[in-house]
Amino acid sequence: MALPNKPKGEIAAVVDPEVVEYDCDVLIVGGGMAACGAAFEITKWAPEGMKIILCDKASLERSGAVAQGLSAINTYIGDNAIEDYVKMVRNDLMGVVREDLIYDLGRHVDESVKLFEEWGLPVWKKNDAGENLDGAKPAPTLREGGTPVRTGKWQIMINGESYKCIVAEPAKKSLGEDNIHERVFIVKMLLDKNKENTIAGAVGFSTRENKVCVYKCKTALVACGGAVNIFRPRSTGEGKGRAWYPVWNAGSTYTMCAQVGATLTMMENRFTPSRFKDGYGPVGAWFLLFKAKVQNGLGEFYANGEAAKEELSKYMPYGQSAVTPTCLRNHLMLNELKEGRGPIYMATEVALNAFLDAQREAGKDEKEVKKFWKHLESEAWEDFLDMSVGQAGLWAGANIEPEKIGSEIMPTEPYMLGSHSGCCGIWTSGPDEDWVPSVDGPRSHQYKWGYNRMTTVNGLFTAGDGVGASGHKFSSGSHAEGRIVAKQMVKYCRDNADFTPELAQTSQELADEIYAPVKLYHEHVGASTAADVNPNYVKPAGLMMRLMKATDEYGGGVATYYMTSGKLLNICLDLLEMLREDAAKMAAGDLHELLRAWENYHRIWCVETHIRHIEFRKESRYPGFYYRSDFPTCDDENWKAFVNSTFDPATKEWKCEKVECINLIETEPWI
Amino acid sequence: MPSYVDPSKCDGCKGGDKTACMYICPNDLMVLNVEEMRAYNQEPDACWECYSCVKICPQGAIFVRGYDDFVPLGGQVHPMRSSDSIMWTVKFRNGNIKRFKFPIRTTAEGAANEYPGEKGASLDDEKLILEGDLPTPTKLA
Repeated sequence: MALPNKPKGEIAAVVDPEVVEYDCDVLIVGGGMAACGAAFEITKWAPEGMKIILCDKASLERSGAVAQGLSAINTYIGDNAIEDYVKMVRNDLMGVVREDLIYDLGRHVDESVKLFEEWGLPVWKKNDAGENLDGAKPAPTLREGGTPVRTGKWQIMINGESYKCIVAEPAKKSLGEDNIHERVFIVKMLLDKNKENTIAGAVGFSTRENKVCVYKCKTALVACGGAVNIFRPRSTGEGKGRAWYPVWNAGSTYTMCAQVGATLTMMENRFTPSRFKDGYGPVGAWFLLFKAKVQNGLGEFYANGEAAKEELSKYMPYGQSAVTPTCLRNHLMLNELKEGRGPIYMATEVALNAFLDAQREAGKDEKEVKKFWKHLESEAWEDFLDMSVGQAGLWAGANIEPEKIGSEIMPTEPYMLGSHSGCCGIWTSGPDEDWVPSVDGPRSHQYKWGYNRMTTVNGLFTAGDGVGASGHKFSSGSHAEGRIVAKQMVKYCRDNADFTPELAQTSQELADEIYAPVKLYHEHVGASTAADVNPNYVKPAGLMMRLMKATDEYGGGVATYYMTSGKLLNICLDLLEMLREDAAKMAAGDLHELLRAWENYHRIWCVETHIRHIEFRKESRYPGFYYRSDFPTCDDENWKAFVNSTFDPATKEWKCEKVECINLIETEPWI
Repeated sequence: MPSYVDPSKCDGCKGGDKTACMYICPNDLMVLNVEEMRAYNQEPDACWECYSCVKICPQGAIFVRGYDDFVPLGGQVHPMRSSDSIMWTVKFRNGNIKRFKFPIRTTAEGAANEYPGEKGASLDDEKLILEGDLPTPTKLA
């Protein structure tokens, strides 16, 4: 048996990879819902001969947050007013959002959903008797006026196991397979050598062969999802992978855009979802479709009590809504846990049996009730099997039958994202239309500068989790946002037809930088008898644990019930600074490890912006997501404003600033 | 709940250039050992249990065993996916078994219309393909 001082992975990394250069007009970085929306839409606007390339670090069929599938589409406007959608998002995210972006999304999102159904996604329908039909039963389509099964006001149910496969297919056909570079991980965006603040390309590498890929482009979309494994998760063994959001989202979107000078917004926002404990199964259908309620350890339905009402009244106008903002729901739950009244249960058995009792009361005999139960049971399990199979596995392993016993729910570790119930991300232009506010000052203060969803960097666009201050897009909205961007990128190319991108570094210089962890590995691997413990380098896996320990203990993770303070945040920033320095000491012996090394670079940067923003904002905007002990309240008088930050790639300095938040839609009534 | 490969069933996709599980894993976990001509999950604690590899394996060689840090042993969830539906078998620790079947797609694979040849009208408004006139907000502040 050889000593373990050799690369572990199957594809060993070499110090001198092949370097390949590509020229294109449009580069799409990412392969999830937003990127697929862009890929579908762009060929409808692109002139003959326009070269479009999409890079996905996975394979399009099962990449991004929808890889596993989904059981619902959470944004479908239907008969609702788009203005009410804006009001809902604004309230859930505690008032500080870009209403122009949210409204704009609301007017495009339904078309995406109608396309999904047309492409083959089964959408549940109501029949004339008001019963639920699964999506394969004959019924009028949404385009034909069919009635979807609503759970909440905005959500519709689907049979979504193959959701991503179905959406990827027309995206692939639209661009042509040759223009889709799968298993290429883009790690850096590149500015133009001559034209200030203008995107000119990107660089990445293949995870299948020793190859560095250098792209030159006139415009780029960066849409690589949010950030996961940035705070220590509740399960730190094998279960570390059972993250609530996709574990492969490494904050690449935020980091790569920030590094070239794109202004970020609301990076203090995080999402700390309350989910079924350990398996992180979804709770939406349980709350909305099955009308389940949460109980504390004493059996009390605390969320409906007087004490809860009184607590919520401290957070007006947000707390008054019939649908309590997500962070405040967490806040109530955390209060129970901290008072020792845990654990918190989703009373699944109460909810399901209430349906059966209602059937009996309506005069149904036991045979009919049994048939009804079979359908109901199937719906309950499908919710997990479509999108969170691991939760079904946990129930199976623990002999849980939801009609007999409730299941524990628990707030998870924090995540960063901009498309779900969170809104961190990049500051972008809204639509170039009169109703979008005109504001003086630099782009970091403006609401529009010509190209919808363009970042503050010329030619650099983002969508989905990337666009900040406009959450609650979910899968459908992310796709729609990708479609919005596609058209804008073509317009940008038309308007800048004489621009020829030129990179500041040579391809070889870029390749050396990308493969630095490989070089380091080969230089020093002989210095110890075990490859993972070496005085000259660290491995990506260890560095990630160090990052997660620092954020958990000082940045308001689960270790402190999400509590932090100015003092703790500054300790965290000191730790992150050293971590960032030491990241240059990450070594990779194989291509999989090189992937993990670059993901960690992205994680460290993106968490640093998160901590900087929380430190800058002297209040607790999202009680239940995080708290500052030194500024424990939500302070609308001083902080109903965006926090925007910009990294200057020339001086390497960060600047945080307060930016005015303008309400577009009426504030009376607030909801 | 990391995936694992049954060596008696895995044939390494016969050494083809696209080993199915390696092709599909969104997190770059499934790899082929060429000498053994068998695939394996190289980083079980980074597995999201998305089941993409389980669903795609042409030999039915990939299964999932619950995460060893919180799932009691003995249960198993396993799918059989066809072109239009998926059948799940849920085996409980106590031996009980439940089966569920759901539709997954209403069109033939490859049939999704990418609207080839469809062209938009003007680049200077916000209207996307297939869309009619767009509203602007009312009920303003």
